[in-house]
Amino acid sequence: MTPLCYVRAGDRADALARVVNGARCLGGGTNLVDLLRQNVEQASELVDVSRLDGDVRESDGGELFIDAAVTNAALAAHPLVRRRYPVLARALLAGASAQIRNMATVGGNILQRTRCMYFYDVDGARCNKRQPGAGCDAREGFDRYHAILGASDQCVATHPSDMCVALAMLDAVVHLSGPGGDRSVPLTDLHVLPGATPQVETVLQPGELITGVELPPPSDAMVRSDYRKVRDRSSYAFAVVSVAGGLGLAEGRVREARIALGGVAAKPWRARRAEAALIGLAPTPEALLAAIREELADARPLSGNGFKIGLVERTVVAVLTTLAGARA
Amino acid sequence: MPIRVNDTEVPAPEDARVSLLDLLREHLHLTGTKKGCDQGACGACTVLLDGNRVLSCLTLAAQAEGREVRTIEGIAGAAGELHVLQRGFVEHDGLQCGYCTPGQICSAIAMAEELRRGDPSYVTPDIAAGPAAVTREEIRERMSGNLCRCGAHNGIVEAIEAMLAETAA
Repeated sequence: MTPLCYVRAGDRADALARVVNGARCLGGGTNLVDLLRQNVEQASELVDVSRLDGDVRESDGGELFIDAAVTNAALAAHPLVRRRYPVLARALLAGASAQIRNMATVGGNILQRTRCMYFYDVDGARCNKRQPGAGCDAREGFDRYHAILGASDQCVATHPSDMCVALAMLDAVVHLSGPGGDRSVPLTDLHVLPGATPQVETVLQPGELITGVELPPPSDAMVRSDYRKVRDRSSYAFAVVSVAGGLGLAEGRVREARIALGGVAAKPWRARRAEAALIGLAPTPEALLAAIREELADARPLSGNGFKIGLVERTVVAVLTTLAGARA
Repeated sequence: MPIRVNDTEVPAPEDARVSLLDLLREHLHLTGTKKGCDQGACGACTVLLDGNRVLSCLTLAAQAEGREVRTIEGIAGAAGELHVLQRGFVEHDGLQCGYCTPGQICSAIAMAEELRRGDPSYVTPDIAAGPAAVTREEIRERMSGNLCRCGAHNGIVEAIEAMLAETAA
């Protein structure tokens, strides 16, 4: 780690002023401290935003507003999240370990970097994300954890967050503050696919800060929802693939379907094609399989991760079949 | 702002890069807390920060300013009597080499408090209701952030079960 100075933000305005001047935001530090120590990233100033407002509150209209500094553990344990958005609680609890969830913030979770091992291997591997134009050793390398959707010649890394997969499913909106004022962006539009510029991972502009996340009032498919993570050991591992699913039924037919996938792309992948294909159908395993196959028609697996297509198919069918049988 | 470590106030280090783990071990010579991976993968460095379990290797010491840190050195009673969980680890063979043990014990003490609050885990069937029973599966999931290279996990789970039974009684 190169020498740096650490400042605790007094308030949001203080944090914003420092970010405009080039400081990096420090939330829980569970990813950034490691990146700095491994010399994947460098920073001259860290502004600690983890002690800014950390509340979860409900609006009169039924939206839930979550401050960026809320920890992953606090959000997962929140009664309203558990009751109205169980997919989000389960996804948070699928991530990392209890220790890390006590540290990690919502804002930091959204902006965490890929765990592609070639991205981390500063001395031994080429990475276009770390050093634009250098090349990508993952494409011909160990690609078990890499993308099958939306990747490019330049980068095949996946976004590692579980929480973001649930947020994508829930139509969460991310609130930002910056030198140009405040704005909000749907979570599904916040992360961008790699294309020719894999070093650009989000639509955040220089000097912008995530201030919070807003969830819409809960719909049937948000309340009847769950998250399943498939990984190489049963806990404390990143996803090989994961599925956030929700179903709203009327007279045995799908009125509302929500599906998002993790571990398959550089961003949480909202499966809108599969959702649309299910409307009006009985949620049978056959119908669910046909729907997710439509979504995966564009999948382009690498030499070693073609198994993810079948794994996503089976996981989607399992999650939604279970939800279809669950009492709302 | 100073940091309180096991009821003693210590100043934050001048170099902002110093982790809480290095502050404890190298500056304060509290070597009970162990450095395993130093990258958040093993849990050996687990300490309690304001009562919550965290990884001291990924915490900058500066982030602990104004907060209360408790390490394995601060777990036993004032007269040196062992914490119920420390006794349990001895009685149930919850260790072989012992390197992960301080982290396991700090982690499990906080885990017991999370259970008491009714916090769910990934394997809790009804997320809204919280854990109905403290099964071995619940304990293993909740302790998955602490690896034991020797494979003493069965003894660790038994020690934790004994603690939960004794404190519930």
